[in-house]
Amino acid sequence: MSDIGLAAKPSIGKGFRLQWEPAQNAHVLLYPEGMVKLNGSAGEILKRCDGNRSVSAIVDDLEQAFGASGLSKDVTNFMTYAAAKKWIELRE
Amino acid sequence: MNVPPPPGLDAKAASPPLWLLLELTYRCPLHCAFCYNPTDFAKTSTELGTDDWIRVLREARKLGAVQLGLSGGEPLSRDDLEDIVAEAHTLGFYTNLVTSGVGLNERRISALKQAGLDHIQLSFQDSTRELNDFLSSTRTFDLKAKVAALIKQHDYPMVLNVVLHRLNIDHVEAILEMAERMGADYLELANTQYYGWAWHNRDQLLPSREQVERAEQATARFRERVGERMKVYFVVPDYFERRPKPCMNGLGSIFLTVTPDGTALPCHAAKMLPGLDFPNVKQHPVDWIWRDSPAFNHYRGDSWMKEPCRSCPEKHKDFGGCRCQAYLMTGDAANADPVCDKSPHHHLVEEAVARAGRTSPDRTRTEKPVLIFRDARNSRTISGCNG
Repeated sequence: MSDIGLAAKPSIGKGFRLQWEPAQNAHVLLYPEGMVKLNGSAGEILKRCDGNRSVSAIVDDLEQAFGASGLSKDVTNFMTYAAAKKWIELRE
Repeated sequence: MNVPPPPGLDAKAASPPLWLLLELTYRCPLHCAFCYNPTDFAKTSTELGTDDWIRVLREARKLGAVQLGLSGGEPLSRDDLEDIVAEAHTLGFYTNLVTSGVGLNERRISALKQAGLDHIQLSFQDSTRELNDFLSSTRTFDLKAKVAALIKQHDYPMVLNVVLHRLNIDHVEAILEMAERMGADYLELANTQYYGWAWHNRDQLLPSREQVERAEQATARFRERVGERMKVYFVVPDYFERRPKPCMNGLGSIFLTVTPDGTALPCHAAKMLPGLDFPNVKQHPVDWIWRDSPAFNHYRGDSWMKEPCRSCPEKHKDFGGCRCQAYLMTGDAANADPVCDKSPHHHLVEEAVARAGRTSPDRTRTEKPVLIFRDARNSRTISGCNG
């Protein structure tokens, strides 16, 4: 799996659905007959993968929302993992 | 159905029933000899109405249920399936239709898509028309192939399920190629689990160890060639293991089934377990059934366990295995699942496997094994019921 380009626009993968579950107090990713319970940062990243925003825009947004900097590496690492699992699809 | 435990969730008392399985009907155009439905299904003469199913959906969703399986029987036998899907979708369920494909035409798949159906799992019995139709005691192979194309056309991920056993496990390579030709995204090769009709036909269906190994090798070769394009799940038959499966992640932990007449079960096979009075959704709210009913609490946690489970360091990993298998094979549902080699009854599993190894699969095939097919007449004969 190659590195994720900052211009790519990620969206939730076909057949997957992201939603907030109050009973679990977490975002979950639903797919055919299965579910992944996401930790806080994974949920924050994935909920921004709407197919309109680029990876760099998502990084900027997260840094602003959490008053942090230098998140780029963490975000692209997670996205590489998520893309391999087909949780997200990337369009250049 | 294979239910992987969701990562990061403990089997705590009365955690949410994340998985809701509605067996909408026992009516089915197929008569598969490996069906897990209870052999006395013909005793069930009534089915819940649309309003009852919708109430169950609402109550279960409130408890945190999120994955919904719509199964049966053949769920398409119900003409209110679209209404049930629409309500489930609005409530936020991820909706999975588990179907033989019989009854799925252009009109219904469009309506289901519009209602918000997320996913269709289509069963095949084999890669050949001959064996598919023999095993299901129907002529459905060509129809299923058409339905597979329809699923693809409507932009659903294509998820095929083939139940494996002695009579088709040697065709795994051809089954994998069939799935690839059809453009499947996922293929579940689910070895038969021996409950219901499959238990009745076990000695005709259990493969030999060599057959299982060959099938695993063929699957590994296919995975290497095809890579990520198609995901293949090979569900190993537990009879060939030395530790039991963490069945349902422990009863009453994540899984709730409602049968056609409204009986609530902690596992789709659990109705056979003796001494438990399984509540009905027509008499009790789902909340009470899940949290408070004695039947759902009976096998929660580990206080019900006997030795060797009680003192076993792995008891929170596999929860003692499957209660139904323990009951079917040892007569006591609180015993260790005899698949476990720590169980004093493990020899029963070994003997069944040894018997399977002595009968050549070729002979079984040429002699046409005497399978008891799942139909209402056989159901009444087996369960001694004339209704």
